[in-house]
Amino acid sequence: MSRMESLRKAYGEQLADSGANDQRIVTLEADLGKSTMSCLFQDKQPERYFQVGIAEQNMASIAAGLALTGKVAFINSFAVFATGRAYDQIRSSIAIPRLNVKICGSSAGLSDFGDGKTHQSIDDIALMRVLPNMTVLSPVDAVETKQMVEAMVDHDGPAYIRINRNDLPVLTDGNEPYYIGKMSRMRDGKDVVVFASGVMVSLALEAAEQLESHGISIRVVNVSTIKPLDTKALANYCEGMKGVVTAEEHSIHCGLGSAIAEALGSSRLPITFLGINDTFGTSAKNYDELMERYGLTSEGIVKKVHEVLEA
Amino acid sequence: MVYEESVLKRLRRISAQLRLDILEMIPPGKVGHLGGSSSIADVVAALYFHHMRVNPKDVADPKRDRLVFSKGHAVLAQYAALVELGIVDRSELPKVKTLDGVLQGHPDMDKTPGIEAVTGSLGQGLSISVGMALALRLDGSDSRVYTVCGDGELSEGQIWEAAMAADVFKLDNITAIVDWNGIQATGCTAEIFGIGKLADKWNAFGWNVIEIDGHDMVSILQGLESAKAHKGQPSVLLAKTVKGKGFSFAEGKAAFHNAGLTDEQFAQGREEMRKMLQEVDA
Repeated sequence: MSRMESLRKAYGEQLADSGANDQRIVTLEADLGKSTMSCLFQDKQPERYFQVGIAEQNMASIAAGLALTGKVAFINSFAVFATGRAYDQIRSSIAIPRLNVKICGSSAGLSDFGDGKTHQSIDDIALMRVLPNMTVLSPVDAVETKQMVEAMVDHDGPAYIRINRNDLPVLTDGNEPYYIGKMSRMRDGKDVVVFASGVMVSLALEAAEQLESHGISIRVVNVSTIKPLDTKALANYCEGMKGVVTAEEHSIHCGLGSAIAEALGSSRLPITFLGINDTFGTSAKNYDELMERYGLTSEGIVKKVHEVLEA
Repeated sequence: MVYEESVLKRLRRISAQLRLDILEMIPPGKVGHLGGSSSIADVVAALYFHHMRVNPKDVADPKRDRLVFSKGHAVLAQYAALVELGIVDRSELPKVKTLDGVLQGHPDMDKTPGIEAVTGSLGQGLSISVGMALALRLDGSDSRVYTVCGDGELSEGQIWEAAMAADVFKLDNITAIVDWNGIQATGCTAEIFGIGKLADKWNAFGWNVIEIDGHDMVSILQGLESAKAHKGQPSVLLAKTVKGKGFSFAEGKAAFHNAGLTDEQFAQGREEMRKMLQEVDA
């Protein structure tokens, strides 16, 4: 069992570290800094930290103004508010002019398990992915989160990162260079390829163990850059496979699965999708219970693998 | 502050020329925002040709003052000024809102030199200006940010979020100008969504409020100077204006918020602006 680490803490730490070395970096918060962990930046760089109150739309457009004046602006909120509440501001003020605004959608997916459907983001990837000029990132663990923050600073243009509220297994060692667009094979196999993002990667690795005992071998690929999608790598990973499964903590519509299906358009490979089945979330006692409620489990992935092999 | 007659005359001449340029962008067969562009033309003349720090040779000059049209639809007034400054070529005027031109239907910084942001979805420009003002202050710059808002636009909640932020951050390097023409797309602002008591509202939001006559050059210049001199809080000029100002067939009429002109109206508009130029020169 891999050790568990907090992605949001890693995010805040790296933001603070990057901010210490790069005076261009400014951080904006809409009163959730102790959850998003942007507070770690505030501790180190209070003069470049702007608390805008509970006003996500204003935050997005203020960030645009900062970026227009030479800054690299990170804005922070829960994923559902950072993307949905401020959608038009992101679209008009930030994405159209390709500004250096980096959007952190924290407590993403179902990870804000207790707060229920108003706070759970099943549509943030969809909203950000449809915007021209936007980069969409979904880190697999704390190590990759730190690498992504550094890459976001260097990236010229807007980028969105969705971050889980809960600690997740550390699956990468950070020894390999990271770049936006990177797609990594976490385990090789010869029957079915599973493309997963975020928490679903570790669940896919668990599914691989279970399937192995049934004589089915799956390749697990971490698709942590959902846009731009490395279609060449995608095609390579599909090479020789009998089917494709996608797994994401997001609506089955317009997220990772849709992106992969669009990219594989003319491929004859059967494909099945695991995600939240066109419904909003609900409150639960804990994260695991909620993930189980929507079938986002290793068993769920095993089932999809069987389905795709039967197709 | 007293202004020399030659300064005022020059600015009044520029105002008339801006209105003529605005008209040239709405020839018969095209549709354009005549009303809100001409209501703000005098303020734009004062800003670009007297008050603001402008460098036509380098539109990215970090020392420049910034002008953001939060009411992006009135950008024809800004285009006219950019043409008169030589930043945009005059040949672009007839190409406005065409595939071949650099002048888009709403402000687009990628397409048009001298445009500072992307606006048009109403309510966002003041927030963008707050961000600019914060960055300028961080950089120790004495450049200022000017933001033109519509009075109809004030029903966008984000304007008031931005107003609160400018107060909380004590941004005295912002001057907002409300083009208080009293008319929006479909009728009188007072009847559509009459928020009334503008001065009280801005005051309550922590702003230094200055009421001016938006067509009187002395009033405009004094207001801008007074706002610039005011320290410790942002300032807003509530500029009383007439929608469609200068074009007798359009003055005070919502129908010319965004409309096409007949051949007769176009010819009449040209004639009225020529007359205005002659009067200034007389």
